[in-house]
Amino acid sequence: MLIKLTGGTVYDPANGVDGKKRDIYIQDGRIVSRPQDVQVDQEYDLRGKVVMAGAIDMHTHIGGGKGNIARILLPEDHRADPVVRTAVTRSGSGHAMPSTLVTGYRYAEMGYTAGFEPAVLPVNARQAHMEMADIPILDKGGYVLLGSGDYLLRMMTAKKDQQAINDYVAWTLHAAKGIAIKVVNAGGISAFKFNQRKLDLDEKNSHYEVTPRQILQTLATAVKELGITHPLHVHGCNLGVPGNVETTLDTMQGIGGLPMHLTHIQFHSYGTEGDFKFSSGGAQIAEAINRHKNITADVGQILFGQTVTASGDNMRQHANHQFANPNKWVCMDIECDAGCGVVPFKYRDQNFVNALQWAIGLEIYLLVDDPWRVFLTTDHPNGAPFTSYPHLIRLLMDRSFRNDMLATIHPEAQKMTTLGSIDREYTLNEIAIMTRAGVAKIIGLQDRGALSPGNWADITVYSDDPDREKMFARPDYVFKDGELVVRDGQVVKVTWGTTHIVKPDWDPGIEKDLQKYFDRYLTMKLGNFKISDDEFTEDGRGSLTVQPTRGGAL
Amino acid sequence: MTEITEVPSPFCGMGTDDLTVSVERTALQVTENGCAVNTPAFEQPLGDSKPRVASKEVPLQEAAKVAADLLAKAQQPLVAGCATDVNGMRALLSLADHTGAILDNMHFNAARRNILAMQDSGWMNTTLAEVKNRCDLLLVVGTDLESFAPRFFERYLWNQDSMFVEDTGKREIIYLGKAPSGSASTAPDGRKADVHVCDDQDLPEVLSVLRALVKGHPVQAESAGGIAAADLQAIADRLQQAAYGVVTWAAGAFDFSHAELAVQTLCEMVKDINDRGTRCSGLPLGGREGDQTASQVSGWTTGYPPRISFSRGFPDYDPYLYDAVSLLAEGEADILLWVSSFDAAKIPPDTDVPSIVIGRSGMTFAQEPEVFIPVGTPGIDHSGHAYRMDNVVAIRLKKLRDSGLPSTSEVVTAIQQAL
Repeated sequence: MLIKLTGGTVYDPANGVDGKKRDIYIQDGRIVSRPQDVQVDQEYDLRGKVVMAGAIDMHTHIGGGKGNIARILLPEDHRADPVVRTAVTRSGSGHAMPSTLVTGYRYAEMGYTAGFEPAVLPVNARQAHMEMADIPILDKGGYVLLGSGDYLLRMMTAKKDQQAINDYVAWTLHAAKGIAIKVVNAGGISAFKFNQRKLDLDEKNSHYEVTPRQILQTLATAVKELGITHPLHVHGCNLGVPGNVETTLDTMQGIGGLPMHLTHIQFHSYGTEGDFKFSSGGAQIAEAINRHKNITADVGQILFGQTVTASGDNMRQHANHQFANPNKWVCMDIECDAGCGVVPFKYRDQNFVNALQWAIGLEIYLLVDDPWRVFLTTDHPNGAPFTSYPHLIRLLMDRSFRNDMLATIHPEAQKMTTLGSIDREYTLNEIAIMTRAGVAKIIGLQDRGALSPGNWADITVYSDDPDREKMFARPDYVFKDGELVVRDGQVVKVTWGTTHIVKPDWDPGIEKDLQKYFDRYLTMKLGNFKISDDEFTEDGRGSLTVQPTRGGAL
Repeated sequence: MTEITEVPSPFCGMGTDDLTVSVERTALQVTENGCAVNTPAFEQPLGDSKPRVASKEVPLQEAAKVAADLLAKAQQPLVAGCATDVNGMRALLSLADHTGAILDNMHFNAARRNILAMQDSGWMNTTLAEVKNRCDLLLVVGTDLESFAPRFFERYLWNQDSMFVEDTGKREIIYLGKAPSGSASTAPDGRKADVHVCDDQDLPEVLSVLRALVKGHPVQAESAGGIAAADLQAIADRLQQAAYGVVTWAAGAFDFSHAELAVQTLCEMVKDINDRGTRCSGLPLGGREGDQTASQVSGWTTGYPPRISFSRGFPDYDPYLYDAVSLLAEGEADILLWVSSFDAAKIPPDTDVPSIVIGRSGMTFAQEPEVFIPVGTPGIDHSGHAYRMDNVVAIRLKKLRDSGLPSTSEVVTAIQQAL
């Protein structure tokens, strides 16, 4: 079957195409060059339409225990957003932390074709993958969380060499089936279990002879040496703490040029100036990102309204539980591996801190020069549910809309931000970079995020509308692996995406010591801990796709 | 005969995965690390393998068709029991959505005591490996822990090696409410647990006083539920002196009215201790017969724990209204689909409405259901996934024998396809 998409205005930054009229051909699920002597079976007239690759969310909490705690914690939020079954789709519930099926439908209905869960605890990886297996249409993958697990901290305290650590990192990726490595409050989740309530970049864990800075350096080195494309994905120290801009700048400086991704950096860009001792570090952070070419970031933009924060950072979540709204929250210590904290939040535009958080996120987006190094996220659901992306895109693309919104927030916050003086408006090409081309590149997806012949045909078609929120909320067509899955903003067909992983090499000898560790200290056998390939494929709809590592075998 | 090692158990709720099981055709024997819960559950002999419709043996496809017809003509189907693995639960949720059924879990009245507290104020909990390596004080509330989980102490308290507890034999165990039924809680050196007994219905009062003492509020009463206030003060002090105290309870054992308030008092007390500068965590016991599995899968599929109606086309959660037993008693459902794949003794509640039973092979009935489809047990007859009590770890269940029995998921999918 040959499908032709005719005459659309194409934004395909990976191939340097910035708003050019192009025809696109799809055959057997992939984009192909114009074929000779093959009948076009179906043609879509896309003249006047905007065509991009399917969007990819590089940081969205869509699978795993803390998300499910968030779901079960907030029945009232679901009740306000019931999702009725149709002839095509199943029922479920939405708003802040939608059910799995609804997550897939709603992402697809916004033109997204992939999403990556950024905090997969190794011991909870099965759950993360089982939940993601129930998210239709999207491709998915997980970043495996290390940095507070006792095995790694023991290795570092025992001064094991980098090679041994690399083997452990690769083994964990293999066992938990991940595509990247994530660190959350390096060493801090462990420190909280020893009753430390804060941990600075150079502060030692009270039990281990290890600091967060050392953990970040060690893991960033492992990621680089293993040839994993995605840089170490870092949720820094001191999340949400006024003055943490210094910690964040120090974290960037201290990584010594190694590739590093700083996630939801908005939550780590706070100063202590002004009457309320809370100020924007947005400009400093953006300037530092511009200067450090090894650094990438996503923002974790907050948007006003009810949401729920779900994080592995139980130390900081516990410290912030007083802000829970509604007043209920969950913290967990988890299996000598990590932890989690779930705290509902209602961000309010008339609250000074929330209002300034909103402005800080936008400052960072607008002051980072290179759209290939900053990505569109709300850290779903922590800053706002992913369904608010079209609104966020409008804030970035439409200066007058942005300034209208700015005029409505807490007046003291308006005085503390330079947002009103920033003229920049993102272009469609830049949006395509920060939601498609740049994301595929930074995660290391070989044949997604671009409209190149040979790539899988994940394609989104929009009607060009000066109201960018309307435009991005409701694509005309979405194709996933060449199949039409969304028409006029509604799911018309339910398909199942693949799970992207990497498989760097490791020395199997490491299992000797790991086995002993599991038998002595953990509660399951090593053999039962490792997730096998058939757990993805046995239902007949899931699959694994191995993305290449640099210099390593597949 | 073959011998299979590192076998995980879906029965005890602790995710025990060090069993050795010998398999002689379809007969199983637990040869290592069995216990009073797991061994009989694994060794239960295989019963019927043929589906029955009106007591007559029929092929699976025919039984599925009859079940589908019954569901199709019902006004308000009820899917209950829901004791199965992850895939079984996925299939049941799909069928319930498709047929507009009400879905309920057999243990929900017990689980509700925790869920209501959690949904009202939250909690701070821990998991088994943290207990094994960090816990220096275990407070067991209102529960006979060793009859619930016979190997709990052996595996998680009196373990030889621990990363952060220097001498695990010195761990302190306090019972509040029920006394232990055996000696599993006695330390290896013969030191017995500290036991403070009260009646179940006095637990709310005892826990309220304990929480007040933790918070440093003055308490006038000299005793609560027959326990001296001074003893409760000592428990409050020890909780706040511990490095990593753990408070455990089984909601199923809290069999008194409004037990959710007692659970809430406990969970809020744990939070108070953390807010006052000491680490402390809760550890709700559960995980039997797929109760956590049902809760997790229902949670991610619908947004709610498993007491839901799909009759309006979307999941509608009500922890009281959609109780299967009361719906049947009040004639509000006109067909029952009952699923119990772990325990052949868990038969459906008495009812006059037609029943379809998907049950562990070997189930016997006082009243033969319209349709009975014997299924394999997850972790014995087919592979699968089940959640352990601490809700974080999903264990990968193994297939141990070739019984030819279908899985719950296969049967439910066949019924849905026949609709």
